[in-house]
Amino acid sequence: MTLTPHAMGTAMPRPEGPEKVRGRAPYAFEHPAAEPLYLFPVQAAIPRGRVTAIDTSAADALDGVVLVLTPETAPRLSDAIDPDHGVLQSAQVHQYGQYVAAVVATTSETAREAADLVRVTYAQEPHVAALDEDSSELYGPDTLVTGAPADDTRGDPDAALAGAAVTVRATYRTPMEHHEPMEPHTTVAVWEGERLVVHEATQAVSWTRQALAGAFGLAEDDVDVVAPHVGGGFGSKGGTHPNTVLTALVARAVPGRTVKYALTRQQMFDLVGYRPATIQHVALGADADGRLTAITHDVVEQSSRIQEFVEPTAAFSRGMYEAGARRTTHRVAPLDIGVPTYMRAPGEAPGSFGAECAMDELAGALGVDPIELRVRNEPEVDPEQGLPYSSRNLVACLRRGAERFDWSRRDPTPRSRLVDGWWHGTGVAAASFPVVRFPGSEARVRAARNGALGNGAGAPRYVVEIAASDIGQGAWAALTAIAADALDVPVERIDLAIGDTAFGSASPAGGSSGTTSWGAAITEAAERFRDKYGDDPDDGDEADATTPDNPWAAEYAMHAYGAHFAEVAVHADTGEIRVPRMLGVFAAGRIVNPLTARSQFLGGMTMGLSAALHEESVLDDRFGHVVNRDFAGYHIATCADVGRMDVEWLDEDDPYVNPMGSKGIGEIGIVGAAAAIANAAHHATGVRVRSLPITLDAFL
Amino acid sequence: MADTGYLSGVHADLSLTVDGRRHELTVDTRTTVLDALREHLDITSAKKGCDHGQCGACTVLLDGRRTLSCLSLAVAHDGSEVTTADGLGADGALHPLQEAFLAHDAYQCGYCTPGQICSAVGMLEEAAAGHPSVVTSDLGADLTAGVDLDRTEIAERMSGNLCRCGAYAHIVDAVDEVAHREVAR
Ligand code: FES
Ligand code: FES
Repeated sequence: MTLTPHAMGTAMPRPEGPEKVRGRAPYAFEHPAAEPLYLFPVQAAIPRGRVTAIDTSAADALDGVVLVLTPETAPRLSDAIDPDHGVLQSAQVHQYGQYVAAVVATTSETAREAADLVRVTYAQEPHVAALDEDSSELYGPDTLVTGAPADDTRGDPDAALAGAAVTVRATYRTPMEHHEPMEPHTTVAVWEGERLVVHEATQAVSWTRQALAGAFGLAEDDVDVVAPHVGGGFGSKGGTHPNTVLTALVARAVPGRTVKYALTRQQMFDLVGYRPATIQHVALGADADGRLTAITHDVVEQSSRIQEFVEPTAAFSRGMYEAGARRTTHRVAPLDIGVPTYMRAPGEAPGSFGAECAMDELAGALGVDPIELRVRNEPEVDPEQGLPYSSRNLVACLRRGAERFDWSRRDPTPRSRLVDGWWHGTGVAAASFPVVRFPGSEARVRAARNGALGNGAGAPRYVVEIAASDIGQGAWAALTAIAADALDVPVERIDLAIGDTAFGSASPAGGSSGTTSWGAAITEAAERFRDKYGDDPDDGDEADATTPDNPWAAEYAMHAYGAHFAEVAVHADTGEIRVPRMLGVFAAGRIVNPLTARSQFLGGMTMGLSAALHEESVLDDRFGHVVNRDFAGYHIATCADVGRMDVEWLDEDDPYVNPMGSKGIGEIGIVGAAAAIANAAHHATGVRVRSLPITLDAFL
Repeated sequence: MADTGYLSGVHADLSLTVDGRRHELTVDTRTTVLDALREHLDITSAKKGCDHGQCGACTVLLDGRRTLSCLSLAVAHDGSEVTTADGLGADGALHPLQEAFLAHDAYQCGYCTPGQICSAVGMLEEAAAGHPSVVTSDLGADLTAGVDLDRTEIAERMSGNLCRCGAYAHIVDAVDEVAHREVAR
């Protein structure tokens, strides 16, 4: 079905906003608990080897220490779990910073002091922690983390490149990056008999429940995970990390007591995932008119020896442009470091840097405008799946952005505009992100006519429950609007409840899938409710539903598109780089909540700016640890980095994606943003920077 | 016991007035103002983002000035007045900056937000008192009537408060609106 929009498309302030601006909306660590205990871990100081001895005597003797757990004393976990979830289960060390012991104490100060008093000795083994293209350990994985094949070849790209009128071949590099949401990863756990209750900073209460049930051999129903408000995640709070298992494990040893653990900012660089570094060899071949005849995108990237994670870096090149022949490959270096994970637009963000910079280089080599080059290579049908598009408005985004950025007056000559000692230039890049729908979210609609919610005899109110997560993207507002339109009532009559496994299972806030997956489930539940009870239900009437499959999934290719424009200024003497202006134009179906959607796009673009100018986790391969493991060393964009930043979206009517007509918008804002900045930097200075971040030394 | 280099188990009695209410408490001398609020008084408006003075999430007004409460030891602030974002508005109403943050959607996850708002309140007072910033163009000018806050000044002065959600453009909009509304008044 397709919903008629009333609430959708109208700016709606976040219902939780007043609580958030006061600081009253509770995040995980703030869950009230009587006499909680504080956990502080002891982390491995070697990248690979074995713990040979742990001396806890000084820690045990400290006043206020309740317990020191080591691999010898920790409760046992089930074996059938992710390799990095087996905390304190053996003496093996597989990464620097791995948990090797944990202290619980009555205060956080004591726990931290005691952890520092634990003496650990190791037998170290050889390790590898440098990404080296020539490593004999490189291997070809079967699939990307998305499940798509790791390698894909159409036609004969090498022959097509050899015969192309114009070719561009270049290597692009993107660094290891860390998500670093402002709220640290947090677990507050208590065992009530054989039940485990957890307040967690998570993008996916159901996934956390599943992981913990698996680790402790419990039925899922015996684990409650609660997360009404989450302070950002960007992928790092999607999968469950060792910290969550550790906290529950420690709590197991002190039944009935609440154990609290928030990672320090430094620990967040060790244990909760990152975006792996990539080396991307890109080659483009075109005929003299600028029509692509070949694309190759061959990637070498990091993963972890204990658990494979294949960043889908080159997948971006499979669907973006039409080309006669195409090859995309991924080779992985298994390193003795932590396990990578999804970070905002996994694959698309690093992959678009290589692909969209290469398009700019090709435009230069051909002497064709970079927007025109993209328009000429617009596919008729999706090059990857061979399906028609449910909607694809990349060209309209490029044209609209060009108009707003005064592109027609741009002199394409690099290094041609010097103003007050700064070289100025502008650049463009394209963006896309798939429409993702995860199965299995359960939604329930219940009428409330009496009691506190119902207000007696008046119009019914509707309680809508779903174990969705709001990590800042605006699920509280968006799902309220969708429920209101699905039930055809004003938003004031909806009481949304999310962020709790008490509401069943739900897919994560990830893959820009939330609004699609949860919204489709809510729409289905509302439809069943209205079929059963009409618009004048009795108190307590209820209906539920699970995310339905998209009947159009096999017929259409579904993606959101966008175009980034950036103006860059590079200081002629110092090489300092600034980005005074950015514009993003997007075509992403119906925008459910214009107020919060703007924030999502801006947030993605800001993170793209941050990646372009600042972010790089520096791995010291001698020790296998990230050296710059706090905000003094790992720079992210600040307020002063952001100049004029504008967002616009096009009206796009897409009846195939979901009942709302919406496409995910949480990630597309970062895709291509760094490429637009690098392309603008080239236009400003004539210097082509092919590796992120773009720092001043490149221009000196 | 061997000398561990720690001075542990030393406690101090002190009082703090938080959002207008006076509290007496006993804390470990290593306890920060931030942990005193959050873990001893259950006042969790100020957030812990880094515990290291690098993010601004813990910003409160300490005796009227914006301060990183994670870098302030509670024992050094006996008798101080602390205002968190929850105590900014008069009589339970929202402060104009809080209203502006809502209207401009100057946040996403909200975790940095109480710190941003306290920081903005402190910053507007600093500017009104004529404190220059690194982007103040004319340092020779008479600033006693206050510094005019254009967007560059606002962004510069708000840069001690990180927002990983990237709400900066909207934060500047919100602060700009209030700064100029207040000047007009
Ligand atoms: S928590 Fe105080 S500055 Fe980050
Ligand atoms: S709103 Fe999430 S960190 Fe600022």
